[in-house]
Amino acid sequence: MVRLTDIPEIDARHLLDKECPAFEGEPWVEGPPLAERRVAIVTTAGLHRAEERNFELRDVGYRVIPGDIEGAELVMTHSSVNFDRTGFQQDVNVVFPIDRLRALAAAGEVGSVADYHYSVMGAGWLPHEIEATARELAGMLKEDKVNAVLLSPV
Amino acid sequence: MGAVAYYLESEGIATAGISLVRDNTERMRPPRFLWVPFELGRPFGAPNDPDFQTKVLRAVLALLERTDGPVILADYPEDAPAATADEMAGWTCPVNLPKPRASEAPARLAAIRAEIGQLAPWYALAREHRHRSTFGLCGLEIEGVAEFLHGFLDRLPDNPKPDISLGESLRLACEDLRSWYLEAATAKPGGAAASRVLADWFWGETAAGGLLLALHPACAASPDAGVRHVAATQLVPRIQQHRLG
Repeated sequence: MVRLTDIPEIDARHLLDKECPAFEGEPWVEGPPLAERRVAIVTTAGLHRAEERNFELRDVGYRVIPGDIEGAELVMTHSSVNFDRTGFQQDVNVVFPIDRLRALAAAGEVGSVADYHYSVMGAGWLPHEIEATARELAGMLKEDKVNAVLLSPV
Repeated sequence: MGAVAYYLESEGIATAGISLVRDNTERMRPPRFLWVPFELGRPFGAPNDPDFQTKVLRAVLALLERTDGPVILADYPEDAPAATADEMAGWTCPVNLPKPRASEAPARLAAIRAEIGQLAPWYALAREHRHRSTFGLCGLEIEGVAEFLHGFLDRLPDNPKPDISLGESLRLACEDLRSWYLEAATAKPGGAAASRVLADWFWGETAAGGLLLALHPACAASPDAGVRHVAATQLVPRIQQHRLG
């Protein structure tokens, strides 16, 4: 388990040294009940289809993950070596819970699953450096009628 | 992750996210986050446990229905049902690999080839059962990955993937080597060991792990800046760096 008190000091110190500025303002968007939400996943795990360009260090670009993708098609080229990969190797859903989300949608707990999900690689850049990418993603998510985003780190 | 939440929400899209490092999420104050006490790399807790993953997913999505914003940081109450290091103390690799003593080429490469030969049936089984593999990033077969990496010990090898830099090919080949070994090692019954146990096995008990450790000083002295960068930050995890001479 990774409470900071449970991991080696060198890793804890590295994590806490990350720049984490509070942003100006506190945006807050409300919406309909979950059963009426259209949900997309945005992950910072550096996932993409195997045939796509790998993520590089300080890469602030994004990759598109089609909504009908089989999890087995996804690989991970996150630039950090300091987290576990064996969970993802055994089951995509421990990082990118696409099958779990589809099941909730099929059960009516979630309105629908987006046609497109998105992946960025969450290392090597400062928080403000992802702004252009995030705002571009927002435009595409709106085109897809998404009104709720699940954010999954790694 | 907090930054992405902030920008999406400021564009009018509601977000709910998983936090793995609570202190950092606290400092950034994004709209709706659920801190989970799981290890880095496993934001939904445990592989091959749909029930647990679904519980976590329901908990984070439930934040979307709360109205007590603009900043919610909730705590997930349960630990992941993963094997602990203590429980896995008796874990063994699916095959008995010889202790990696070979430190000189070509003995080192021969030792890695022997390991690959022994692990290959388990890797094939892993691929068959999971219908996938995360191996294959640098476009070489596993034997080619080992040879390519071994080449860095005394020269700059040819880049197998000319559309990316040699440093990136080195990084992806290291990733491939680890993935192949660990996918094989987790294929045996009960092989879903605690990640630290698996990492200690790879880095401490295999000739392949020994090669990556040996590459550290060689690549740190490389004339290629990209290769030097990989050696500095992307070759050996911080938690395994005590093994470097």
